[in-house]
Amino acid sequence: MVSPAPTTANGHPPASKPLLEIRGLKMHFPVKGGVLMRAQKQCKAVDGVDLHVNEGETLGLVGESGCGKSTLGKCVVRLNKITGGQVTFDGTDITQLGRSALKPYRKDIQMIFQDPAESLNPRHTIGNLLAEPFIIHGLLSAKERDIKVAELLEKVGLQASAADRFPFEFSGGQRQRIGIARAIALNPRLIVCDEPVSALDVSVQSQILNLLVDLQREMRLSYIFIAHNLAVVKHISDRIAVMYLGKIVELAPADELFANPLHAYTKALISAIPEPVPGGGRAQRILLQGDVPSPIDPPEGCAFAYRSWLPTSDDQKRQPGTFREVTPGHWVELHPGTVEDYEKYL
Amino acid sequence: MSASDQPILRVRNLATAFDTDGGRVTAVDGVSFDVPRGKTLGIVGESGCGKSVTAMSIMRLLPRPSGVILGGEVLLDGTDLLQLSLDEMRKVRGKRVSMIFQEPMTALNPVHRIGRQLSEVFLLHEKISEKEAWNRSIEMLAKVGIPAPEIRVGEFPHQLSGGMRQRVVIAMALALKPSLVIADEPTTALDVTIQAQILELMKELQAEMGMSIVLITHDLGVIAEMCDEVVVMYAGRVAERGSADVIFNNPRHLYTRGLLDSIPRLGGKRKATLQTIPGMVPGLAEMPVGARFAPRSPHPKAPAYIASPAYQNKRPELLQIAPNHWVEDEEVVRVIKQEVSQ
Ligand SMILES: Nc1ncnc2c1ncn2[C@@H]1O[C@H](COP(=O)(O)OP(=O)(O)OP(=O)(O)O)[C@@H](O)[C@H]1O
Ligand SMILES: Nc1ncnc2c1ncn2[C@@H]1O[C@H](COP(=O)(O)OP(=O)(O)OP(=O)(O)O)[C@@H](O)[C@H]1O
Ligand SMILES: [Mg+2]
Ligand SMILES: [Mg+2]
Repeated sequence: MVSPAPTTANGHPPASKPLLEIRGLKMHFPVKGGVLMRAQKQCKAVDGVDLHVNEGETLGLVGESGCGKSTLGKCVVRLNKITGGQVTFDGTDITQLGRSALKPYRKDIQMIFQDPAESLNPRHTIGNLLAEPFIIHGLLSAKERDIKVAELLEKVGLQASAADRFPFEFSGGQRQRIGIARAIALNPRLIVCDEPVSALDVSVQSQILNLLVDLQREMRLSYIFIAHNLAVVKHISDRIAVMYLGKIVELAPADELFANPLHAYTKALISAIPEPVPGGGRAQRILLQGDVPSPIDPPEGCAFAYRSWLPTSDDQKRQPGTFREVTPGHWVELHPGTVEDYEKYL
Repeated sequence: MSASDQPILRVRNLATAFDTDGGRVTAVDGVSFDVPRGKTLGIVGESGCGKSVTAMSIMRLLPRPSGVILGGEVLLDGTDLLQLSLDEMRKVRGKRVSMIFQEPMTALNPVHRIGRQLSEVFLLHEKISEKEAWNRSIEMLAKVGIPAPEIRVGEFPHQLSGGMRQRVVIAMALALKPSLVIADEPTTALDVTIQAQILELMKELQAEMGMSIVLITHDLGVIAEMCDEVVVMYAGRVAERGSADVIFNNPRHLYTRGLLDSIPRLGGKRKATLQTIPGMVPGLAEMPVGARFAPRSPHPKAPAYIASPAYQNKRPELLQIAPNHWVEDEEVVRVIKQEVSQ
């Protein structure tokens, strides 16, 4: 009965259609330089990414600074005009849609930023900021909006009286709650959370993480959760994608990724987490050599092999790896410089 | 006790305030701790609790004229730094105690070559030629693990990555082999893999050069990894201090306990509700004299304490509960005993 399921490179064929599907996504920025300040080079911030997000699921996205996490997130919410590939939301390819056709999807896909101050106009009251999405989409009467604003504030754990105050009157954690209230105002289905707790103190961080988990259960939200704190990402994610220089190098269910990391970069990332246990619970720290490479003129072939401790010849480095599903749901870039005994998985 | 058993730094009742439009506010309110020789002491606490102001007070680098040291002692090997003239302090800085900042660019001058900036450190304190200083700079860069130091020495800060810049800042801080280094969030701006490199480097250099370190961070993981001693600050005061072992394994202040409980652990259950500390840190202008954590304390007697005059008037001392373990002496902010034994 079942027709051959479409095999995507991002995971096993889903039982039901994923809410979001990203295929071959590329985001290349022109880089100006040289004497004439002409765009001469490309910054390949996202360079061929396949991923999907199921309904009600959190997909964690980790990787070093500059590897393209935020750019990927912005492509999903269409803040970036993509260079290539496809973003399909609920069965519709939204990459080709024009302004008006896109409008309903703008409602469905929201973004939360690291620093909510950036997205909250300091001259507007919280009430106005939260009413704005309804006004933009021509929803609700003024009176209904007031009621909705009070509801939203309550939902994120703030007093209704906050509506009359301005963003600067709130602490960082409270401002992040306001950012979340704004993101959930129009009942979205997917929220891209870009480092939503990175700027917060640990005690406030746990409040915001609890809130995100509660809202997800209540509203059946899906999240793409970007962060550099692996313990935080593991806490909130169902699956985790590890990104390196514009590409996904490993993808697995959260517990599986930590129990059985295969990519040398994932292993290094996990071993670099300072655990709050004196004396350390860590078996062996893996120190990577050198710095994160630049997405402008990325090294040819397998980018990570140049930083890996696994021995490879120059010739091997110049060959790209292949992204394979090695156990159900566990995908990894296979290359002599990325996975020990990689042949065993081919 | 021989001299080498004496702490390298003793901070006693340090109090620092700022003059603002709204009047004088006290940011550090009677902080005391000792840094053991050759060891690392961590200072941890929420944003705004006074970690950086403590460091800036020790270094005498407070913004002038708004920052004022109200009192206390900062004894570096017996010398009270707070009593030194600005000129004398300038000689101490770099030579005997130096500082590493969070953002390397604040410590580096963007228009000067790395070598010139490092050389200046040597030239300012030692009678050597420029050529010699340049060579010493190359040596120092090699020491902090910068590849091709003889090339890097001639480059400008923007030509280096964030991790490399932080290495340069460390090279500058350690150039004159100071006995104490104060590092204020030295790895917060870096990626975890680069952070691991820098922390490892600091440990290696400490083993080699024997300097003592004060490490300021809000990351309990970094504290656990690096520190022998820990000071937990809350709202401008020390809530608890002791060996890393007691702070992590037997915390007695409810704030320390709350911090440790609220971090997600790698071994924890996914999406399980995390512990939180209810409420917020009071603003600087509305700080009570009494135990400042009390309004957030779940202790059954906390409401009665807040209503009592003690909360307004009586400052809690630090109570020594073990040879190397001190906690704020106020029942309602301490871990309730029975809870611990469970
Ligand atoms: N609008 C833009 N124009 C040009 N280059 C850009 C633009 N946005 C991002 N980039 C570049 O794309 C690369 C990826 O950036 P991105 O912000 O996505 O990284 P990130 O993984 O989110 O890093 P971080 O952890 O520091 O937030 C970087 O080299 C960045 O400089
Ligand atoms: N120049 C200044 N003028 C007025 N108040 C100041 C000044 N510098 C710091 N403060 C105040 O002193 C208090 C302590 O600040 P401090 O910078 O020491 O915090 P911190 O513990 O280092 O926090 P963080 O983790 O955010 O770096 C804060 O309430 C801060 O607002
Ligand atoms: Mg980013
Ligand atoms: Mg600080």
